[in-house]
Parts: sequence; C-alpha cells; structure tokens
Amino acid sequence: MSSSIARTAGRVTGRPSGGASSAPAGARILRSSTRRGESAALAALRLAALLSVAITVGIVVSLLIPALDFFREVPLGEFLTGTRWTPRFADASYGVLPLVTATAWATLIALAVAVPFGIGAAIYLSEYAPTRVRTTLKPILELLAGVPTVVFGYFALLWVTPLLRDTLGITLKPFNLLSAGLVMGAMIIPTVASISEDAMSAVPGELRQGSAALGANRMQTSLRVVVPAAFSGIVAAIVLGISRAVGETMIVTIAGGQQAQMVRSPGQGGATMTAFIANAALGDSRVGSLEYNTLYAVGLLLFALTLVVNLVAIQLVRRFRQEY
Amino acid sequence: MAVYSPAAAGADARRVVLSTTGRSRERTPASVVFVALLWLSLLVGFATLVALLLDTFVDGFARLDGRLFTEFPSSRAPEAGARPAILGSLWVVGTTAVLAIPLGVAGAIYLEEFSDRRRWLNRVVEINISNLSAVPAIIYGMLALGVLALLGVGQKNIVIGGALALAMLILPVILISTREALRAVPRELRDGSLAIGATPLQTTWRITLPAALPGVATGTILGLSRALGEAAPLLLLGGLVFLSFDPNGLLSQFTTMPIQIFDWTSRPQAEFHELAAAASILLMGIVVLMNGAAIYIRNRYQKRW
Repeated sequence: MSSSIARTAGRVTGRPSGGASSAPAGARILRSSTRRGESAALAALRLAALLSVAITVGIVVSLLIPALDFFREVPLGEFLTGTRWTPRFADASYGVLPLVTATAWATLIALAVAVPFGIGAAIYLSEYAPTRVRTTLKPILELLAGVPTVVFGYFALLWVTPLLRDTLGITLKPFNLLSAGLVMGAMIIPTVASISEDAMSAVPGELRQGSAALGANRMQTSLRVVVPAAFSGIVAAIVLGISRAVGETMIVTIAGGQQAQMVRSPGQGGATMTAFIANAALGDSRVGSLEYNTLYAVGLLLFALTLVVNLVAIQLVRRFRQEY
Repeated sequence: MAVYSPAAAGADARRVVLSTTGRSRERTPASVVFVALLWLSLLVGFATLVALLLDTFVDGFARLDGRLFTEFPSSRAPEAGARPAILGSLWVVGTTAVLAIPLGVAGAIYLEEFSDRRRWLNRVVEINISNLSAVPAIIYGMLALGVLALLGVGQKNIVIGGALALAMLILPVILISTREALRAVPRELRDGSLAIGATPLQTTWRITLPAALPGVATGTILGLSRALGEAAPLLLLGGLVFLSFDPNGLLSQFTTMPIQIFDWTSRPQAEFHELAAAASILLMGIVVLMNGAAIYIRNRYQKRW
C-alpha cells in the first residue's frame, strides 16, 4: 500500500530494442500497424489512466468550493491562528489550532513508536534475518497493517487506555491522545519497516563487504554504512508515516476524544482534524451552511498538509531509487 | 544465537563475508545489546497484533453466534445483530470491485504499455498516482459527496455513493500493483507476439495481461480487503444509520461492518462492546482470508521469468 509509493517512483526504461528513442515499443509500432477500432480502445485506456488526474482535480474542486464560501465569512488569518474552535456555539469561533495541536500530539506519539521500532525491525529484516525468517516474518508484520482501523480504535479505547490507567497508574482521561497515538504508532510500524527495508536492501552488498574487510562487525556495518547509505529511503518511510498518522481517522475518533481544545499533555483528549470531520459528518448540517462549509475548510487544510508531506516523500524515494 | 548460524549465512550470498568475520567481534556487549534491541523492535509489532487478537477474541467470542448474522441492529444488545451491515459490506465492496478493477487495470495497461514517459502529462500522472495513494481516506468521502451533489443525487447514503468513494480510494492500489505485474513480464514475450504480426493491443490482451494475471489478482484482492475495512469515507456519506431492512440495490441505503463496529464501540454499555468485538473477529477473519489468498496466489501462480 504505502510501500507501493516507493515503487512507482521511476524505472529504467529498457524496453525499446533499438534506436535512440526511449518511447515504449508499443507506442512506436502503433503508428504503422493499427487495426480498425484499436485507436478507440487505446483512447479508452488512455481515459482510464487520466482518471487519476480527474480524481485529484475532483478532490481539489470539491474541497475548495465550500472552503472558499467558508473563508468569505471567516478570515483566513483567524482560522489559522485562532485558539478557540467552537463552530456550534452561539458565539462561534473558528480558530483551527486546537484541532492542529491534537493532530500534532497524536502524530508525535505515533512517530515515537513507529520510527524506532519500524527502523529496528527493518535493520533486523534486512541485515540479520536469514531469507527464510524474513519471508515468514514480513507477511505477519504486514498483517498488522491490514487490521481495519476501527478495530484498532476499539483496541485503543477498551484495552490500551485501561491498561495504561489501571495497571500502569498513568493519569488519563477515558478518551485521550496517548492511547490513540500509541496504537496508531503500532499500526504504522509495518509502513515504516517495509519502506526502510526496501531502501536498505537496495544498498549494494559491496559496501557491506568493504566495511567487514575493514574490521567492522555487523552492528557497526548496519549503523555506519547501511543506514547512512539508505538514509533518504528511511526518511521517506518516516515522512510517509507522518502522512498516515495525520490522515488516520477512526482510531482518533473512537479513542482520542471529541472535544476541541488546545492540547497541552497527551493524557488529555482532543479532537484532531480528522476526528472533527468525522464527528461533524455524523451531525446533520445543512448543505451550504457555515457549519457544513467548516468541514471542508478543515478538509482542505488536511489535504494541503498531507500533500506537502507526500510530495517530500515521493522526491526522497525517487532519490534513493536513483542512487543505486 | 540463530543469527550467526551457518545456515543463516549461507542463505544469503551477500552476507557470507560478514558471517566469516569471526564470532568474537560479534559478541561485544554493544552488539549483543543492539541485536536485543532489534528483536524488541520486531516484538513490539507482533505483541500488539497478539494483544489485539486476544482482546477481541476474549471480549467477543461468546457473542459470535448465529444472531450476529441474522438479526437487525437493536437498542437492546442481546437481540442485536449485524445482518444489514454484513449485507451492506457485500453490496458496497462488490460494487467497488466492479468500478475499480476495470478502470485500474485499464489505466495501468496504458501507463505501462503505451504511454510515452517523456511527455510531461504522463510524468504528472505518475507523481499524481503516488500522491493519491497517500491521500487520507476521509478526503475520498468528501470527494464522493461532491460527485453525488454534481450528479444531482439528493440522497447521499446510497450503495453506489459508498462504492464510488471506496473505488477512488483503492484505484491507486490496483493501478500500482497492476503496473508492477505488467513490468515483470519479460520483453521477449511481447516481441515474439509482435514479430508474428499481432498488433500491440492484441499483444497486451492475449499475451502480456494473461501473463501478469496473478500479480493483478494479488493487488486487487489487497485493495478490496482495504475497502472492506475502511469506515472513514463512509461516515461522511451518512453510513451510520439504523437499518431495519436488507440493502437490496445500488440505490438502497446502506451501512457496513466497520461502521457497525464503530457504532457499537461508541456506546457506553459493555454488551455493545461485546457485539463490536464479535463483529471485529468476523471482519478480521475475512480480511485475513483475503490477505492469505493474495499471498497464496502470489506464491503459487506467479512465474519467475
């Protein structure tokens, strides 16, 4: 899923069998020998490929139109810097920072889990595990990524929170960002591990052999040769982890709390951007009303944030693809 | 330690040199701690999975009975079931498959077999697909709402609306995996077909695509299992409704299993949490079966060229 991002990033076009052109063989031959009706079929295929662009345009347009209505009534500055989010109160206030702080806390906690353990798992799988162990462990780890997010939400609310509060004695609200973030982190471990492992496996064996020849042991080789060599890929894995954490909805909606407040400690609950959208969608707000448009303003911010993060990740993946 | 066994070293040629560098160097306190930390990292993921499975089984196994499949939701937990949600999931994911698979495969065929990668438009498409696969799921719900509004459909909670959102969500997954499968088909097969006079389109349809079919199936099943477990976009389409009838068509109202689980989890009473856990076991069982099938197809039918 997310590792597939890594794979789209560019391939060597080795198909054309002659000539200087790097166009696929089909494209060239097509001009000379086309059967009747084939150009129509080809146009249909092309349309399907362009559909993905249409989806992106559709996302931007469908978010932008209601969001622009929103910003006609609420100044952009107030939206981005305000610290009170009370769209349903009589004296409504539309400062998005409470939602942003909740998202930031949940994301930070998730990364604190997913980054060290994801990279650790990747180092083990790439540098230590024998092939057979690796081919067994990887699918099991990926199963963790396949668990539906509602089930993770259930687990965070009804197992992790009671565990932290009653067994470990941590002061927590029943709905809190700590449990939601921890569980989200566990969910992201396979994403981080899988992309990091791809990057480390792409490091040529000669580098490891050179390191061993200089007298380094396996740990030193892993930490000082392989990890630095795979660095852009590992950063891409982390960045994609951030994108998933920011956009994750069900875990924070179920276990993270619904109250929009400036979050100062992870034991507090707080509505993230996604949780606000989900909860607001459950209510019945009239299409075109300010309350309805609020949803899209937050959605647009969420989309913009993840877009920036994704584009950074795509560039980084592209770089490590080119290095070796 | 298993890590240093000769079998481990022999299994992977590029590691041979490392494993012959002598044991003493690998046994320094720092390296032993390091390996222990790596084990711990793996353990965190597995422990979470085990805890999650145990927790849902302990909570929900007693309630995983016939009533879950036959009864409608109810405000009295002992009489409640997930029948409309199970049927709704089948309707929505089935429709999603019909929408997403042909479009995803067709798009992948164009990009992999016919597009000229030097053209800027095709490069835009490439980056765009990478980005789409990481757009938050909930955004697709907002997009589906927009599309329904554009088509002038007044009712937002309809099967086709939910399928539309999920189809757009898994389209990048199918596109990317189909492209990888097509890419793995060796050029010689295409060249042979072209050489005996087939047109590029005939070659794709009769040679390349059949050869790539196991990879396409694997990616498609993984995409559909993601669609089956997804709840966020459907919440925006009003998926959280109290249904007392079976969904029976594309324009029928619907709810799905993940949304039913969300609803039951959000209630304060423990009886509903049991129901949520029971439905979770069922949902995870289906997802695991689908993932298992995908892995099996990949290992069993995928040719190594």
